[in-house]
Amino acid sequence: MIKYTLIPLLPLIAFVINILFGRNYIRDKAHWVAIPAIVGSLLLAISAFFDVAGGNVININVYDWIVSGDFNVSAGLMIDQLTAIMLLVVTICGTLIFIYSVGYMHGDEGYYRFFAYLCLFIFSMLVLVMGNNFLVMYFGWEAVGLCSYFLIGFWFNKKSAGDAGKKAFIVNRFGDFGFGLGVILIFLTFGTLDFVGVFGQAGSFAGQTINFLGWEVDLVTLICLLLFCGAVGKSAQLPLHVWLPDAMEGPTPVSALIHAATMVTAGVFMVARCNPLFIESPIAMNTVAIVGGVTAIFAATIALVQNDIKRVIAYSTVSQLGYMFLALGVGAFSAGVFHLYTHAFFKALLFLASGSVIHALHNEQDMRNMGGLKKYMPITYAVFIIGTLSITGIFPFAGFFSKDEILWRAFLAGDMGKFLWLLGTIAALLTSFYSWRLIFMTFHGDFRGTSEQEHHLHESPKVITVPLMILAVGAVAAGWVGIPPLFMEHGDKIGEFLAPVLGHPSGHGTHAQEWFVVGISSLVAVLGGIVAYVMYVKKTDIAGKIASAFKPVHALLYNKYYVDELYDTTLIQPVMKASDKVILGFIDKTIIEGIVNGIPNVIGVFSRKLRTIQTGVFGSYGLAMTVGALCIIGYLFFQR
Amino acid sequence: MVPLSWYIILSAVLFCIGVFGFLARRNMIVMFISIELMLNAVNISLVAFSHYLQQVTGQILVFFVITVAAAEAAIGLAILIAYYKNNPTVKADDASLMKG
Amino acid sequence: MTLVQGFFIYFAVAMTVLALLVVTRKSPMHSVLWMLAFFFHTAGLYLFLNAEFLAAAQIIVYAGAIMVLFIFVIMLLNLKKEETERKLQKHWVAGLVVSLVLMAAMVKILSGITVLPPLGEYSIQFVQLQGNLMTIGKVLYTQYLLPFEIASVVLLVAIIGAVVLAKKRIL
Repeated sequence: MIKYTLIPLLPLIAFVINILFGRNYIRDKAHWVAIPAIVGSLLLAISAFFDVAGGNVININVYDWIVSGDFNVSAGLMIDQLTAIMLLVVTICGTLIFIYSVGYMHGDEGYYRFFAYLCLFIFSMLVLVMGNNFLVMYFGWEAVGLCSYFLIGFWFNKKSAGDAGKKAFIVNRFGDFGFGLGVILIFLTFGTLDFVGVFGQAGSFAGQTINFLGWEVDLVTLICLLLFCGAVGKSAQLPLHVWLPDAMEGPTPVSALIHAATMVTAGVFMVARCNPLFIESPIAMNTVAIVGGVTAIFAATIALVQNDIKRVIAYSTVSQLGYMFLALGVGAFSAGVFHLYTHAFFKALLFLASGSVIHALHNEQDMRNMGGLKKYMPITYAVFIIGTLSITGIFPFAGFFSKDEILWRAFLAGDMGKFLWLLGTIAALLTSFYSWRLIFMTFHGDFRGTSEQEHHLHESPKVITVPLMILAVGAVAAGWVGIPPLFMEHGDKIGEFLAPVLGHPSGHGTHAQEWFVVGISSLVAVLGGIVAYVMYVKKTDIAGKIASAFKPVHALLYNKYYVDELYDTTLIQPVMKASDKVILGFIDKTIIEGIVNGIPNVIGVFSRKLRTIQTGVFGSYGLAMTVGALCIIGYLFFQR
Repeated sequence: MVPLSWYIILSAVLFCIGVFGFLARRNMIVMFISIELMLNAVNISLVAFSHYLQQVTGQILVFFVITVAAAEAAIGLAILIAYYKNNPTVKADDASLMKG
Repeated sequence: MTLVQGFFIYFAVAMTVLALLVVTRKSPMHSVLWMLAFFFHTAGLYLFLNAEFLAAAQIIVYAGAIMVLFIFVIMLLNLKKEETERKLQKHWVAGLVVSLVLMAAMVKILSGITVLPPLGEYSIQFVQLQGNLMTIGKVLYTQYLLPFEIASVVLLVAIIGAVVLAKKRIL
């Protein structure tokens, strides 16, 4: 069992080696350190998966981390069914993306640094999913945020990349603040941070209230909402979604690994992990579901009109994360995790394929300057099509099963569930439209870039295309572990596998209803594709006409609902002004500098006087010593 | 019979002469000799106490004081020579490198 | 006034005068020579106090070793021109006052000693019976063995230290 501690440790060792020796010794051989480490983690993860599948839940305390009074935290690892799935997702995507990066980052001056950070990220992510208590999870949670910051700002001499890194970090602070408070509140309530201990007692605390800022609030609800704050920040849900599209300033493998497949799904993982708590609080569950549903449709509408290829996929990620939260919120935890798992494959595929396109066009990201790449990049085109079929939910691609499961579970979940199902279905329509729009703008029509770019157009090397093809296989087949009973009895392997941790979803519907849901979602998927085909291939002028006909709407979407501007005027500018005037002008310059300069000045005045005593002549010291001795004698004499 | 206090007063007087020599003289060698003088003055009182109290500890202590005095003289004079090599003077008030 | 008291007064007066000569002579060589005489008087005083061993040690260590060391150093350093300069520090008056006050205080306090602790076992007869050297030796090598050993280490350190300090360069 103890060998499983190597799963996070191998990437950590690779990180240490790369960061210490990369600059001077390893340089462009950094992948020879990083890839064996991640492959080692992958093999161990597979072994752990089979262990868990055999019924063993692994829970080891590596050592006592903090022992202070009643506060006992061990650095412990737990591998249960949920963690096993996450381990596979992280290590498989990680391995493929590491290999891809060898080609994509080739020749970059920060090559060793890139792999060092990636290794550190993998380590942090594995700690996050493997922790057996909230503090270890929190450690991983913050550490992945840190790595995300490093990697978004990887090209730090580009100002926009540095700004995006800072934005991601600061926006995440808002959420992490809530998460941190949630962890503290959990300790205050349950007296322990161990998952086993906390979830075991979750039921007995249901309905208790606590005085919070003068209101009596439900304790478990408060905990869940605070935890969900963290998930909102990390998984880029409304209203903290603003950092994720900007995070695309980072290298494309980073976008694929961190900002699509793994880190951003940490919020989903965390809510799923805490399902025994969330189940006790209907308010929290509804909040999760509504935030997820609204985010899904909100981000999808923005993605309709964006022109940056990576931003479209980024908003698509936000939207898909919204789907996962929708599933969690209606109590279908295993459906959410299932979608997380399939999404990791097809979204990593889409990102890496778009990276292949960007690579071929020498860092061109604007789709208006692309087009007609189909004949130059057949493999990329093919895998892109597969990824799109998967994300839009066409049978029998992976996305179909997970998305359909979510919509079906939402449909069953009461009146609000119907509303959420409607949101999800509309979002599916929009998803289909913008995904196909992306394909048509990029790969069809004529090439719209410069002739020099056209001259250099080429298919990417094997080291890039092979991971794409493997991921494409995943994007097709990953969903086959979750075939709903409608098509095949006992087809929902993943749901049964996760049931010990996540429970069985409630609600039953008729076959007719289920066929209806499946039919509608398939229909809108196809419909979105057809509309996109008409608008961007057949009659290319329609798009412009519609945009000018609905100019305010188009502007609203194109500017992402002005959320960034809203935050800028309501939060950032006042804070900047206040810090400039009050903190810098008054507190820092007047008070702090007054103190800092005042104390040495006073000391200086006194010491200039005092130092004349220090003559340096030891005769005078002897005299002073004798006088002192005399004084002591006199004191002792007269004291009696 | 000589009273104990005579010895003690003699010791005190000699000690203070040593103190004066240490405080007033410029020559570092003489200052060293004054220190030896003070140590001797203390030794006299220790031996006197030893005799009058019929204890042998005082004499043992004098023995140790002589040891320390020998060590002190050796080290002190070595420092003096080392100092003199860099700075050929033995005037105590010329050595003011540590002035604040 | 008994004969013993007369001898003591001679010693006291002679030692005071010698001590004053030591601290007032301009030439350090003179100081050292007066100091030598002072040490011999001290040894004589020790004989009065039945401390024969210490009297011998006083002459061997102080007069024989330490003072010779001083003479060597004075001869090693060329101090001709020092003798032409003033011999007292600027604050010598303060030093004089302080030492006089100290003397007054000590004489005042120490002459008031009246109460003595109970006498020990080493009476004059006992010591004479056993021999002074034997008495000191027995105590020194049993009760004070560890300090004795430490004293030897102190001397060793002093030897090494003196070599290190006086040598021009080590290694």
